[in-house]
Amino acid sequence: MADDTRNPRPVREMRDVWITADEAPDWMRHSTDEGAQTMRHIESHQRLVEQMGVRVDDDYILDDQIAEDERMIINMGPQHPSTHGVMRLQIELEGEIVRRVKPIIGYLHTGMEKTGENLMFMQGGTNVTRMDYLAPLFNELVFSLATEKLLGVEIPPRAQAIRVLMTELNRTASHLVSLATQGMDVGALSMMLYGFRERELILAFFEKTTGLRMNHNYIRPGGVAADLPDGWEEDVEEIIEKIPVGVADYEDLLKANPIWEGRTRGVGVISAEECLAYGITGPPLRATGVDLDLRKTQPYSGIDQYEFDVAVGSNGDVYDRYRIRVQEILQSLRIVQQVANRMPAGDYRVEDRKVTPPPRKRIDESMEALIHHFKLFTEGFKVPEGETYVAIESPRGEIGCYIVSDGSAKPYRMHIRAPSFANLQGLPIMLADSLVADSVATIASVDAVMGDVDR
Amino acid sequence: MAENPVNEAETGEETDQAPPRALPEHVVLAGLFEQFANVEWRLSGDQDTAVVPKDRLRDFALAAREAGFEMMVDVTAVDYLRVRRVRFEVVVGLLSLQHNIRLRLLVPVPADDLTVPSLVPVYPGANFFERETFDMFGIIFADHPDLTRILLPDDWIGHPLRKDFATGGVSVQFKSSPQVT
Repeated sequence: MADDTRNPRPVREMRDVWITADEAPDWMRHSTDEGAQTMRHIESHQRLVEQMGVRVDDDYILDDQIAEDERMIINMGPQHPSTHGVMRLQIELEGEIVRRVKPIIGYLHTGMEKTGENLMFMQGGTNVTRMDYLAPLFNELVFSLATEKLLGVEIPPRAQAIRVLMTELNRTASHLVSLATQGMDVGALSMMLYGFRERELILAFFEKTTGLRMNHNYIRPGGVAADLPDGWEEDVEEIIEKIPVGVADYEDLLKANPIWEGRTRGVGVISAEECLAYGITGPPLRATGVDLDLRKTQPYSGIDQYEFDVAVGSNGDVYDRYRIRVQEILQSLRIVQQVANRMPAGDYRVEDRKVTPPPRKRIDESMEALIHHFKLFTEGFKVPEGETYVAIESPRGEIGCYIVSDGSAKPYRMHIRAPSFANLQGLPIMLADSLVADSVATIASVDAVMGDVDR
Repeated sequence: MAENPVNEAETGEETDQAPPRALPEHVVLAGLFEQFANVEWRLSGDQDTAVVPKDRLRDFALAAREAGFEMMVDVTAVDYLRVRRVRFEVVVGLLSLQHNIRLRLLVPVPADDLTVPSLVPVYPGANFFERETFDMFGIIFADHPDLTRILLPDDWIGHPLRKDFATGGVSVQFKSSPQVT
């Protein structure tokens, strides 16, 4: 490398990569993927401050009564098992008591919103499904709903029913993982095994239907990828029969267990006002007594046709969040039962050849179907200009998708409002002035999925 | 994409015979917009949208919270490089539980002045979202308590969701590895 004569490429000047449009030179005005990004080696202090942000101290007042050697700052994570992924908590301790917490995130950031701008709407599902990996179908659903809203297509009733069936099963699976890992964190190790045992039933059904256990790319703009497999009624029936039996086991194990109650009741408390102020949604919000459930207030995919109750707590502590998840499992299964009972016949995706591909068989017979198929998979479908925000109720709260389309086949901007991201802001409140040992239970009860947080 | 109308008003071509101002149907929203003469309301699809000049953003958010928008659900931005004259647009999503309505605030931000008032004093939940927007777009939220990078490393250079930030060009740690020519 040191021998320049062997490498005749011209040495380019280091570029200023955060240049703005007004000062951008001509070569930058015409292409956005011009060359590699280079880091500048010599950087003025002012520029670095602009780039890295300015750190401003908060108004925390140190307690003079505490001796200096009792106060310390420790890092919990990023590889701590109780953080369920890679999250770092900077915790300031006074003896055994947590005074301040700062969640430090970004370890799993992979730039999925940027990736989303470079994928066609048709391919976008493969991208968004990897965000919240415990509830992938919700990511796909919210992305599909946003795309369909811009497209203005009407989804057939069977596709909507399949979407509700699959997402509610996914909610069950996600809550089972949450209960299982929370049990493990608090010390109920058998809960871990039970939860994953029941979840396996649902994942097996997902595998049968979508081909994969996670990252399904099953719900797509225009409907779903494939119809439900033969014999799906028996599988769903089995799930509906067996999971409540498992849930009854958990109730025996945990509900009135004095150790469980002692470790969760009155721990990690947050009030309804704080939840609203910090944008916290989902089970942490409902545990405080606010009955915000977008399935009821702003229903999607015809979920308002089905009867179910919104589980609400009152204390806003870890125990209430756990109770809400247990009840939501049962309510989701109630919805699944109703969907299975009155699954409408018809198409599983919209019969609009500009949006969904033709059936495989038609391609052999019809030139037009072949052209449609080819055009769809090479160019994708074009989405009219506009912007929209669609939100649905994921197991973790409000997941939203904001799409700006410029009329091409790729989104101009695709943003996912991640529920875990907002819910993490509640951690400093929940953990303040609690014991170190309780922080593990509290983190587990927020049920943040780091893939969702960092995206 | 259409030119931002607010920006045209700023360029000083206001006429006297302006058409009567469009107001939303919902009584809460109409009351909110009546308080602010230079906040434009428009429907985007079927969603209520407000185009707010950035110097009125904090006042408008405060009034919106008073009007019943308890929750701020989202802050993000869009980079309209070479599409619009005003390069950036900060997008704020508000949700009212009591009225069950949503409102989206669009704040045009020119490239030569990236400062926007922070919404943290009004909605504390804006904290993480504004940090993410700063991280990804370099928009500076004035009076934010801790405006640092949140998802990217602290020493990262550039703001990746800008349209002039190319993909696949990040230098790797292995500087001495043989280069493909």
